[in-house]
Amino acid sequence: MSADLSIILPEIFLSVFAMIGLLVGAYGGKDKLAPLFVWVTSALLVAVAAWIGLQGAGMARAFGGMFVDDAFARFAKVTILLAAAAILLMSEQYMARRDLLRFEYPLLIVLASVGMMMMVSAGDLIALYMGLELQSLSLYVVAALRRDSVKSTEAGLKYFVLGALSSGLLLYGASLTYGFTGTTLFSGIIEAAQGETSVGLLFGLAFIAAGLAFKVSAAPFHMWTPDVYEGSPTPVTAFFATAPKVAAMGLFARVVHDAFGGIVGDWQQILAALSVASMFLGAVAAIGQRNIKRLMAYSSIAHMGYALMGLASGTAQGVESMLIYMAIYVTMNVGTFAFILSMEKDGQPVVEIDSLSLYSKREPVKALAMLVLLFSLAGVPPLVGFFAKYSVLLAAVEAGLVWLAVLGVIASVIGAFYYLRIVYLMYFGAEESELDAGGSGVLWGFLVVSAAAMVLGVINLFGVEGAAAAAAATLVN
Amino acid sequence: MIGLEHYLIVAATLFVIGIFGIFLNRKNVIILLMSIELMLLAVNINLVAFSAYLGDLTGQVFTLFVLTVAAAEAAIGLAILVCFFRNRGTIDVEDVNVMKG
Repeated sequence: MSADLSIILPEIFLSVFAMIGLLVGAYGGKDKLAPLFVWVTSALLVAVAAWIGLQGAGMARAFGGMFVDDAFARFAKVTILLAAAAILLMSEQYMARRDLLRFEYPLLIVLASVGMMMMVSAGDLIALYMGLELQSLSLYVVAALRRDSVKSTEAGLKYFVLGALSSGLLLYGASLTYGFTGTTLFSGIIEAAQGETSVGLLFGLAFIAAGLAFKVSAAPFHMWTPDVYEGSPTPVTAFFATAPKVAAMGLFARVVHDAFGGIVGDWQQILAALSVASMFLGAVAAIGQRNIKRLMAYSSIAHMGYALMGLASGTAQGVESMLIYMAIYVTMNVGTFAFILSMEKDGQPVVEIDSLSLYSKREPVKALAMLVLLFSLAGVPPLVGFFAKYSVLLAAVEAGLVWLAVLGVIASVIGAFYYLRIVYLMYFGAEESELDAGGSGVLWGFLVVSAAAMVLGVINLFGVEGAAAAAAATLVN
Repeated sequence: MIGLEHYLIVAATLFVIGIFGIFLNRKNVIILLMSIELMLLAVNINLVAFSAYLGDLTGQVFTLFVLTVAAAEAAIGLAILVCFFRNRGTIDVEDVNVMKG
């Protein structure tokens, strides 16, 4: 038993911290403590990420296989925790200025992160469901954090209804899987799901895939994404676009390989279809957007399409490319949202893309950093974003899915248009931008560091490749 | 004799009613919450039926987890709904449309 507990020590630690923090906040200084909580929480998230990342190699199972701690889980957890910490630091000033900085916010982010850590470590359908719900319930609340705004509460409501629907679909699939394999353990399911599969199990697989597709916002289950991204406070949007996506993709990989690894052919088609639909929808629907948060929503749908392409390959190389893609995607999004958070006019947040007209004259360094990030998001060589796309395309081609790779290239060419239009506006727009100059040092730092990573990362991707390969090898064998 | 398939058919019917309740309902957000609850209960029937059929307790344990989470989910959903009502003054599904999706 104590061996089990020592395996989930990071999760226990964070949960206890969140609960104590809630008590201290409620009985102590309420929202006066919020800035302190933000800094302490971010430091703690980074510390736990370092703790997990530097932990020795190897694989451990806790609670009879319900919780798995392997290289794959560690890779995903480090990415999730670092992204959460970065977003928290970026939010502080924005939230404080708009009187949104409540002490619950950092604690909800911690609870959501614990849920995500459970998701990527799940070795059982029950553990999967509990992790997913812990994450989702925290996220519903932070989406509606601005209680006095119609948009924010509407975003929370839409997210809640569609999130609950997706949990229901996933759960129905889980119940069918349990019924037709006789176990909820992934290690038991993979033994039962070999060769010819029963119709019931296939239904279970399809429902689970649909539920997870909702969570990663893959088309055709994406309809909540633009509204939730637009309505939520911008720091929350930034959080939605990063950590939960990594967790959901990690969970997706975990389920298809750990539980259904014996019937690759059956889920490969589902994932390939989701991937194509997401890539094209994300590329085409973003073109008409005038609101940069909605644009980023469609951009994230398209990016999930590419990550799913890696997963659809069904090979260790595919999982590796998916992990690399997610790590790079998160880095790019942190930088992009640092830029979006700093878009203000007379102290009020601005989300209109047209307001960026000729921004380069006003803020040459920030405009240049954003240019690098946008080129990277579009996948223009030689930036890191290109290598992310290249690795998933390569994985798809080597798995014999040449048609998928070709469609991916076409979608990325279409998708490049809307990123390049922002660059065009910033450098060759019509009228001078009226956005405030300056902005907080934290945001500037994240923007510049993220843009620099997109350029310097081409040398060796900061060693992410090796870690991702080790992670993929533990998942697929 | 009532067998496993009867339970599965009831559960599937309830589940489909729940999904239709979410997509076809144009009146009231509370009905959406009821539909979600119906879906989760259909899943519970499935789990308990399989559990009894297989002679394995895991399904019933799963059911208890689902019930607990469903309660938490309903609480959060209603809280968000109350906030929304204060801002908008209505809970008609047709009025949840400040943003066009």
